[in-house]
Amino acid sequence: MSAGLLRHLLDGLLVTLQLTIFGGALGLVFAVVAGLARLSRSRPVRALAFVYTEGFRGLPALVVLFWFVFALPRLGFQMLPLFAGVLALALNIGAYGAEVVRGAIRAVPNSQLEAATALNFTRWQRMRLVVFPQALVAMVPPFGNLLIELLKATALVSIVYIPDLTFQGQLVRAATGNTAMTFFGLLLGYAVIALAFTGFMRWVERRAATSVGRQPEPGLVTRMIRRREVAA
Amino acid sequence: MNFDWRAAWDSVPRLLDGMLVALQATVLGYLIALVLGLVFALLRRSQQPWVRMPVAVVVEFIRSTPLLVQLFFLFFVLPTIGIEFSPLATGAIGLGVHYATYTSEVYRAGIDGVPPGQWEAATALNLSRRRTWTAVILPQAVPRVVPALANYVIAMFKDTPQLTAITVLEGLSVARSLGAETFRYLEPFTLVGIMYLTMALVMAWLARIVERRFGRVRAV
Amino acid sequence: MTETTSASSAPASSGGHEGNLITFDGVGKRFGDNVVLDNLSFGVRPGERVTLIGPSGSGKTTILRMLMTLTRPDSGTIQVGDDYLYHEERTGNLVPASEQHIRRVRRRITMVFQHFNLFPNMRVLRNVTEAPVHVLGLSKEEAEQRARELLDMVGLGEKLTAYPTQLSGGQQQRVAIARALAMRPDVLLLDEVTSALDPELAAGVLDVLRDIARTSDVTMLCVTHAMRFARDISHRVLMFDSGRIIEDAPPGEMFDAPRHERTRGFLQSVINET
Repeated sequence: MSAGLLRHLLDGLLVTLQLTIFGGALGLVFAVVAGLARLSRSRPVRALAFVYTEGFRGLPALVVLFWFVFALPRLGFQMLPLFAGVLALALNIGAYGAEVVRGAIRAVPNSQLEAATALNFTRWQRMRLVVFPQALVAMVPPFGNLLIELLKATALVSIVYIPDLTFQGQLVRAATGNTAMTFFGLLLGYAVIALAFTGFMRWVERRAATSVGRQPEPGLVTRMIRRREVAA
Repeated sequence: MNFDWRAAWDSVPRLLDGMLVALQATVLGYLIALVLGLVFALLRRSQQPWVRMPVAVVVEFIRSTPLLVQLFFLFFVLPTIGIEFSPLATGAIGLGVHYATYTSEVYRAGIDGVPPGQWEAATALNLSRRRTWTAVILPQAVPRVVPALANYVIAMFKDTPQLTAITVLEGLSVARSLGAETFRYLEPFTLVGIMYLTMALVMAWLARIVERRFGRVRAV
Repeated sequence: MTETTSASSAPASSGGHEGNLITFDGVGKRFGDNVVLDNLSFGVRPGERVTLIGPSGSGKTTILRMLMTLTRPDSGTIQVGDDYLYHEERTGNLVPASEQHIRRVRRRITMVFQHFNLFPNMRVLRNVTEAPVHVLGLSKEEAEQRARELLDMVGLGEKLTAYPTQLSGGQQQRVAIARALAMRPDVLLLDEVTSALDPELAAGVLDVLRDIARTSDVTMLCVTHAMRFARDISHRVLMFDSGRIIEDAPPGEMFDAPRHERTRGFLQSVINET
């Protein structure tokens, strides 16, 4: 492969990483805000968060992306393509993340709330000092899964001509004519990035778990090797 | 530019045709995912490491790479080795294989949830391995994973717009060609969004009914 | 009830345990650092009913589980009749047994579990007919016929179409006993079969087992804390401690005049408990 083509792929990789990281960061904000909003005491706030989570969990990310890139400009809003990509991905992953946040918060035992109440914390203090830190630990593993889903979803932007890794891969394919190798190489590339992200999330997970004195879940390699002992 | 109701209305029949194709892809793909996922789950429990490990690697690989690239791979590479499928069939296979890696995890959780005593009782009765699986383990494992499996129908359905990349004429593809023909993008893309959303919500509602039905299945 | 067929007649030199139905020879098992069975040897004759007693963790249940091939021994051999359970004889040497061989030998043995382990996806009748049909190769009619008789015998002839979860623990355990007997075993292993039951329900289960002991010549190995029951049905009682048999005597002797200090202490603690 020529240096020029390699250059293309590296550019694409950079775009893919940007989409994943910015999309993930923005998605995290959406997730926390919407997740907390769904537990709000205010009915309109809850309703708004409900519409957001149900809506974006029901809409295919690719359709949202097309709408941002092709339909929205007709209403007079033009976004930078990369930003449209980040926003579409973040809205989508944020809706799933909100469910994670909500579930993790509700999974904190009621006794913790009672203890916090007994210490005369305000509602906000209870959430910030007692409930959320504990819930955070439970959020990390599902967030790890969502990050991989997000990474995979970034490939969608290639369909709207944003030059990510998949897009550049197609250019390489056109230039070299080697279809099988190119697409397999692309898949391998994504798998390696996913592995790196998984490793990072595992590290976060372990730190989070030990912060509340818990044993972290077994890692990827362990999961791949292990097999439950069975008789017969 | 404002929303042109007339143009929107006229495009509805063609969009619905596209949604029908999306449904077909989902049904076909889901059947593949149901069967192949079980195969993956069983192979990953094999006593032979040289069966278990490669399957685990392949499953993790498929699961951590984009469906879109997998679709390209199938669409462009299969014909070069003499395997010709229609775009729709290729898409369904791609969806099915991809989601099999998810359903295999679901099956595995269900199988792990069967108490060890059930395996032991099967041994004490000298049931064959095959009979143990088909008569004892799977009948207990599968009902409890039906709700989780049902959720993947919706997820898969929402991935069908990606088939536009391999020329399947599902909803989004139809919207794109409508846009190209009329230079109006707002209406078809909005409509196709509404259609996907509506159908996904209906599916979610059905999945919740399934969940309630199977949640009540005799407790084990 | 005893099928006196043994496929191969191994030479008498294979241990010199003629007449034993079950022979443990130098069996050892450890879990990590914990030695569960320590070079254990003993035999059980056909039709003999043997109760294994001793403090928890002394290896009793492990013996039953090894006979049922649920736990593998680390060392030593186990024979059922003339057949090795975990080994096959090939050109005069003992080699690890194939799955096929294990299944063939295991066919003579079955087990009733502490937690019943009925198949919750099958009705009572099918729980009892499943293995006779698919393992013994009986016709469905014949298997059902036999299942009905056995379920009548354990007092559950009315519950054929119930699901296990619709039964009380005691009823479930009686179904489990019927299910085991439907296999026409030579050896019946009873692993703390009343430990998970309330005393009242336990009594019903023990009555059924007493009947079986009285009317059949099935060989029984029984791990239990029900000492009255052990005394009633056993020909022999084995007292275990730390993976060894420290006393082996008929129930009269064992319970009335235990020789070993540890046995006295153990029996005392069991009596105090109940």
